[in-house]
Amino acid sequence: MVDEILTIVLDGAIYASWLFIVALGLTFVFGVLKILNIAHGGIYALGAYSTATLVPIFYSLGMPEQLVILAMLVSALAVAIVITPIMERGILRRFYGQDEVLIVLVTYAIYLVLEDVQKLIWGMNSLYVSEPRELLGALEFGSLYYVGYDLALIGLAIFCGLFLWFVLNKTQSGKIVLAVIHNPEISGCMGVNINKVYLAAFFIGAFLAALAGSFTAPLISVQVGISVAVVIESFAVVIIGGLGSIPGAVIGALIIGMARAACVHKLPEAEIFIMYFCMAGMLIFKPKGLFQGAQARKI
Amino acid sequence: MSEKLYNNLLFQSIFLMSFLILVGLLIPNWLVFVITKAIAYGLVGLGIITLMRGGLVSFGQGFVFGIGGYTAGLLGTQAGLTDAMLLLFVSFLFTGLVGLIIAPLLARYRDIFFAMLSLAFSMVLYGILIKIDAIGGSDGFVLPESTYFGIKPSSEYADYILYVVAIIMTGFISILLRYYYDSTPGLIALAVRENELRVEYLGSSAFNVAVLNFTIAAGLGGMGGALNGIALGHIDPEFTYWTTSGEFVFISILAGYLSVPAVFLAALLLELVRSFSGRYFPDTWQLILGLFLILSIIFIPSGIGSFFKQFFDRLKKSK
Amino acid sequence: MNFFRQCLILISSILISLLTFVGISNADGHKGFKLGVVTFLSGPAAEPFGVPAWNGGKLFIKLLNEGKVPAPYNKKGFGGMKITAIPIDESGGATKQVQEFRNLVQRDKVDAVLGYVSSGDCMAIPSVADELKALTVLYDCGTPRVFEDASYKYVFRTAAHAAMDNIAIAKYLIEKGHDISSIAGINQNYAWGKDSWKDFSVSVKKLSPSSEIKNELFPKIFSGQYGTEISALMNSKAKVVHSSLWGGDLQSFILQAKPRGLFKRTQVVFSAGDHVMPGLGNKYPEGVILGARGQYGMMAPDTELNKWFYKSYMDEYGVFPAQPPYRMVQGLMGLKMAIEKAMEKNGGKKPNKDEIAAAFKGLEFDSPGGLVQMKLGDGHQAIQPHAIGTTAKDKDGNITVTDIVRYKASCVNPPNGIKAVDWINAGFPGADC
Repeated sequence: MVDEILTIVLDGAIYASWLFIVALGLTFVFGVLKILNIAHGGIYALGAYSTATLVPIFYSLGMPEQLVILAMLVSALAVAIVITPIMERGILRRFYGQDEVLIVLVTYAIYLVLEDVQKLIWGMNSLYVSEPRELLGALEFGSLYYVGYDLALIGLAIFCGLFLWFVLNKTQSGKIVLAVIHNPEISGCMGVNINKVYLAAFFIGAFLAALAGSFTAPLISVQVGISVAVVIESFAVVIIGGLGSIPGAVIGALIIGMARAACVHKLPEAEIFIMYFCMAGMLIFKPKGLFQGAQARKI
Repeated sequence: MSEKLYNNLLFQSIFLMSFLILVGLLIPNWLVFVITKAIAYGLVGLGIITLMRGGLVSFGQGFVFGIGGYTAGLLGTQAGLTDAMLLLFVSFLFTGLVGLIIAPLLARYRDIFFAMLSLAFSMVLYGILIKIDAIGGSDGFVLPESTYFGIKPSSEYADYILYVVAIIMTGFISILLRYYYDSTPGLIALAVRENELRVEYLGSSAFNVAVLNFTIAAGLGGMGGALNGIALGHIDPEFTYWTTSGEFVFISILAGYLSVPAVFLAALLLELVRSFSGRYFPDTWQLILGLFLILSIIFIPSGIGSFFKQFFDRLKKSK
Repeated sequence: MNFFRQCLILISSILISLLTFVGISNADGHKGFKLGVVTFLSGPAAEPFGVPAWNGGKLFIKLLNEGKVPAPYNKKGFGGMKITAIPIDESGGATKQVQEFRNLVQRDKVDAVLGYVSSGDCMAIPSVADELKALTVLYDCGTPRVFEDASYKYVFRTAAHAAMDNIAIAKYLIEKGHDISSIAGINQNYAWGKDSWKDFSVSVKKLSPSSEIKNELFPKIFSGQYGTEISALMNSKAKVVHSSLWGGDLQSFILQAKPRGLFKRTQVVFSAGDHVMPGLGNKYPEGVILGARGQYGMMAPDTELNKWFYKSYMDEYGVFPAQPPYRMVQGLMGLKMAIEKAMEKNGGKKPNKDEIAAAFKGLEFDSPGGLVQMKLGDGHQAIQPHAIGTTAKDKDGNITVTDIVRYKASCVNPPNGIKAVDWINAGFPGADC
């Protein structure tokens, strides 16, 4: 019994961490720019592809295995560096101040374009980079083996969340971002370069999306079509937790992660529906999510 | 009101409708079909436009599109009701009713929150539909062939008859909508769009406007879904998926909220672009469609409707 | 100025669409054979099924047009007519496919449509096909219901349905003496996954009534994250784990389950497990029992036709062909044989749909995967021999398939007129093994 609860909690925590990393960038970009970035899923896929391309190169250069994490970070960073100017500067900036839903539509169009761009760059074959996952070995819990890499994802999620929270609340640039979130016009009048803040925020969001892709790449076969599910799952997390809220994303990811794990172990037939069930419950009782309302404009 | 006959809305509409019905006889079958489908999508777009006039955009019209489609489909397969006109009408009413029930939940929210909550509703419906195996789960199900006043047309003419029915029903709905837009509650919606607070101070309820508009939009979306299902003869949960909802938003943004016919033109344009890019670029049709969306938003930001309006305004001035 | 710019844009867009129409209407008046090919070219089913299948189809059509295919397919094209293929993406759901199908038939006026991987599409298309009187060959999809629940005049399926895959695996487990006292399954939550699991679990129960079902998991299709499911499967301690996962889902499942020891601890069976082998290579686990939905790829029979196809595909694409290209080529071969049979009858003219449909009914033809017989569904549904094997490392350390057992078509397929599920429930009456 205890064994089973432990398994559920552990499985739930691993899945929730993954969900959190995927949803964090989405909710952050929404918090600052008020953009629901559907292309988030596309950037996630680019991150996965870029890792699947760079890591084999890294190995072929004969670098020490332990530093492969570095290669993954670099590949995520590369995606963010390439995609941010194109998307934020090149396209989205034209639409600031216009209807927010128009911008959602633009990000949807970008999502469509990115789907085929993946095909054009990397072709149709699957790529595999399972090597980093072998790095941390396996651990035994009860009668089960867990892969160290999967458990490390929990650490990564906590680190990403705490780091973003720290930057926003404890550093000066973070406080400027908070001011812009609170009121872009007045911050602008006070001499804040809003365009720069938006660019930076979008960059962070894109980096987090790509990072999620990078660290998921060793778990999956990287191929066309991996972004579809991500869009919906991160959206569900954000809806449950409340738009633009980091604590909300934590809670949203934990709720979905734990509920799903419990379902798989105890009530498998409900698994497919549980995410939508959580979402529906939240919509009926707290339509703006757990962390909305008083904190509506905070992140 | 001493308008000349050709300036009369009813006359114009009936003229346009008869013209389209005649044209339907001349153009190839596939184009008749594509136009029918564009009408179905245009109806949903029309719903979003109704909302847009009150300053709201729903990113989850797949919700009502799906409800309408499944209503028509289930009435057809379970209750044996196959009369296309009746199905369209019942779907319109039923989906409108569903809209009326959930509208108060949504009407409190504005802007992106409204859009996202409506999207969340459509995703929940999607989750329910793929779970119910009795109605085909994720595979959906086939609709029985439809009848008209108890007569089942032969398969060569079925497409054309549905096309005529769609044009007539949509035509009259569009006329009614135009009258609604120009009526007091319809104009209050425009005022809400401009400044909600002032409208409230003047004694009207922005909440009521939103509820009314959402109900109308739901009814229209439901009818669109039913028409789409009947035309294709098949229905699946993809109707409620977020990508479908995205297409509806695109149609209404491409059309703009000023003109009713522009919506159907936008729907037709999207349908043609998608279908031809799928035909000639089967590997990269998403890229083409995405670029088309971005470019048309950049170059026609206020929609084809504004373009119509400018055109007619200039025409009048030059006279 | 802005106004005129917009004018210009609108007018030019109208012009472009008009020009496209003109292009289309000129494209008529075609002498050869126009074939619409519908398969996944985008989305998660493209890499595992759609693209390799179309690669095989493309190559085979090219070789047919050049007349370079060995007998009995050595006539150029289809009975001398040059084949022009129009590929269409299958993604977007069944309703969208109905529309694409109508476009192919009404706008492009294709002579036949070959396609459909997804069972949902296969359930949706046939009624439209008969309504439009369009000759349609379903080449891949698995659901037995297409010809069990209805009958169609112009629709044919040139590959066996999915019941065979799971019946054969259950027989294989018993013949090879595996412990099947308890079973568990992980299958996607839609028609394919649910039907596969039902066929398998009922077959096992029939062959070994004492066996116990431990765990039935139905994760969402394309979910990609199986950590929790793997824990649940391992906790259940079932002796055999069955799965009909495919494509990216199967690859992800394998990658995630392998380091956690699932393949060491339990006997895993994949009912459609071969098609990810070219991609995964030596990451594929050893000791897994797998089927290929026919005698395909590493389990193909040792015939001249197969050797020719295997080599041609390998030379062109650098990987060996798994089930998808085999199945598409099988569909093309069936269509070619039906057309040529119809032409023999009508004196060599281009046959019409009714003539081809009449010739197709009950047709038998050789394919690289063995003899295909259109025996079920009153001559519209194929049966074919099957093979099941176990993965192992060869002496060079490469993953290969050994211990192959071949099954006659009539051994693992129900006779005409009996539904697959009833046949299994009745304990396989009349099976000729």
